[in-house]
Amino acid sequence: MTNDQPVISLHDVNKVFENGTIALENLNLTVNRSEFISFVGPSGCGKSTLLRIIAGLSNVSSGTLDWYDLSDRQNLAFVFQEPALMPWSTVRDNVKLPLRLAKIPQKEAEKTVDRTLQLVGLENFKRAYPRQLSGGMKMRVSIARALSTNPTMLLLDEPFGALDDITRNKLNDDLLELWSQQRWTVLFVTHNIYEAVYLSTRVIIMAARPGRAIADIKIDVPSPRTEEFRRSFVYSEYCQQVADALSKAMSS
Amino acid sequence: MGTNKTRANFGWQRWLTIDTIAPIAVGLLVLTVWEVSVRVTNTPAYILPTPSLILTTLIRDWGILFPALFTTIKITIAAFMTAVFSGLLISVLMAQSKWIEKSLYPYAIVLQTTPIAAIAPLIIIWLRNNTFAALVLCAWIVALFPIISNTTFGLNSIDANLRDLFRLYGASRWQTLLYLRLPSALPYFLSGLRISGGLALIGAVVAEFVAGTGGANSGIAYQMLIAGYNLQIPRMFAALVMITGLGILIFVALSALSDAILGDWHESSVKRD
Ligand SMILES: Nc1ncnc2c1ncn2[C@@H]1O[C@H](COP(=O)(O)OP(=O)(O)O)[C@@H](O)[C@H]1O
Ligand SMILES: [Mg+2]
Repeated sequence: MTNDQPVISLHDVNKVFENGTIALENLNLTVNRSEFISFVGPSGCGKSTLLRIIAGLSNVSSGTLDWYDLSDRQNLAFVFQEPALMPWSTVRDNVKLPLRLAKIPQKEAEKTVDRTLQLVGLENFKRAYPRQLSGGMKMRVSIARALSTNPTMLLLDEPFGALDDITRNKLNDDLLELWSQQRWTVLFVTHNIYEAVYLSTRVIIMAARPGRAIADIKIDVPSPRTEEFRRSFVYSEYCQQVADALSKAMSS
Repeated sequence: MGTNKTRANFGWQRWLTIDTIAPIAVGLLVLTVWEVSVRVTNTPAYILPTPSLILTTLIRDWGILFPALFTTIKITIAAFMTAVFSGLLISVLMAQSKWIEKSLYPYAIVLQTTPIAAIAPLIIIWLRNNTFAALVLCAWIVALFPIISNTTFGLNSIDANLRDLFRLYGASRWQTLLYLRLPSALPYFLSGLRISGGLALIGAVVAEFVAGTGGANSGIAYQMLIAGYNLQIPRMFAALVMITGLGILIFVALSALSDAILGDWHESSVKRD
C-alpha cells in the first residue's frame, strides 16, 4: 500500500527552547509518501513541536529536516487542536481563506470551496457563522479549509481531542475515507491509542523529558478499514502493542 | 449557543424589563422628592429650581438653547470623526512595528493625562482666528486616546492559531492586517468608539467654557456661562439637561451601531443567559 518513497527525513533533530526545555532530542524519522503516521505520547513529549517544525512554524536547534520534493512542502496543510476559525467570517469565507491568501481567482476559489465543503458534508452550511455550529462541525470546517488548497501533505495536531466519542468515530471514518481516495501523506497527533491504530499505517510512540521517539509500530492492515476491523482480534492486538510501548514511555 | 431573552418578546413589551423600569422608577422618585422639597422649603429658583420649572424654561428658551446646542453638536461630531480616523490611522501605524509602537504610545498617554482645561487656553490663543477649529482641537485631544488604546490592544490580541495559519499560507503583512488584525480589533475599536463619543462632548463643553466666546455661533456651554452670570439658574439647568441628554443619545447611538456591526459575527455580542 505504501511504496516507500520518502517525502521528508529528519536527522538527529534537537529542539531546545529559550527557557532550556528540551522539546526534542536526537529525533530520526523518515516519512514515506501516502503514509498515515500517528504520534502518540504523554503531553509535553514534543508532538506539537515536531509538527510545527515540519510545517515551518518553528526551527530546529540542531540536526536537519530534508524535503525530497519541494512541492510537498508548498502543498502542506495544518489542522490545529482548536478549529481556529475566524468568528467574523462565514463557513464559506473561512474555507476560502487559504485560496484568498494565495490570490486564486474568485470564481475558481468559489468552485473549490463548494467541492471541499461537499467532501466534509457541510454544503448546506456555507452561510453559517462558526458560533452557529457544533464542535464537530467546526472541526469539519477546519479540515475543509486545510483541504481547500489540495494538499499532498496533511498535519493534524490532536484535531478530535475535544470531541465526544461518537463524533470522533464519525470524523475518523470520514477522514480515512478521504485519505483512501486522496492518498495524502498524513502526520496525525493524538493521545488516543484506539484512534491511532484504527487510522494509521504507522504509529510512533514518544516519551517526554526529553522528547524522543521510542517505538515505531507498523499497522499492517490494508484499507478500506471498516467497523469490522475495529472489532477484530488483530485490532486489539495492535492496540495492546501500542499500549505496552506507551506505558514504557510513561515510566521512562 | 446564545439566546437573546428579549428577542422572544415583541413591541413595547420588550422594554418592560428590570433594566428599564428600575432606573425610570428611581428617576421619578428623585424628581418628585426634588420638586416637593423645593416647594415645601420655599427655596428660591436662583438657588435650586424645581424640575417642572426647568422643563418649562427648556421649552420657553428652546429657540435660544437649541441653536447653541447645535453648535456644540457640530464641534463634537467634528472632533469625534477626526479622533476616529486619526486614532485608527495611528493605531494601524503603531501595529506595523514594535519600534513605532514603543516610540509613539508614551505620547498618546501624555496627551491623555494632560488636563484639557489647562491646555485649552493655549490652543484658543494659538487658533484665535478660528475658534471653531480651536474647540474641535481641544475635544479631539480628549476623544483620541480611547480609540488608540482600544484599537492597539485589539490589533495585538490575535488568536495564536490563526496567526500561525496566516504564516503557514505565506500571508503578506497587508493581508494579515486586512483579513486578521483589523477584524480581530473591531470589537475593541467599537467599545473605544463608545467611550470616545462621550469624551468628545465633554471636551467640547470644557473648551467652550474656557473659550467663553459669544457671537452668533456660540455653543451650549457659553449659554450656560451667560445664564450663570445673569442668575438665570433655571436656564442653566435646562442647558445642563440638554447636554446630558445629548451625551446619553451619543452613547445609545454608538451602542446601537456597535450591536448592528457585531451582531452577525462576533462572539463578543453573543448574549449568554
Ligand atoms: N514556545 C515554547 N517555549 C518554551 N517551551 C515550550 C514552548 N512550546 C513548547 N514548550 C515545551 O516543550 C515541550 C514539548 O511541548 P509540545 O511539543 O507542545 O508537547 P506535546 O504537544 O507533545 O504535548 C513541553 O515541555 C513544553 O512545555
Ligand atoms: Mg500538543
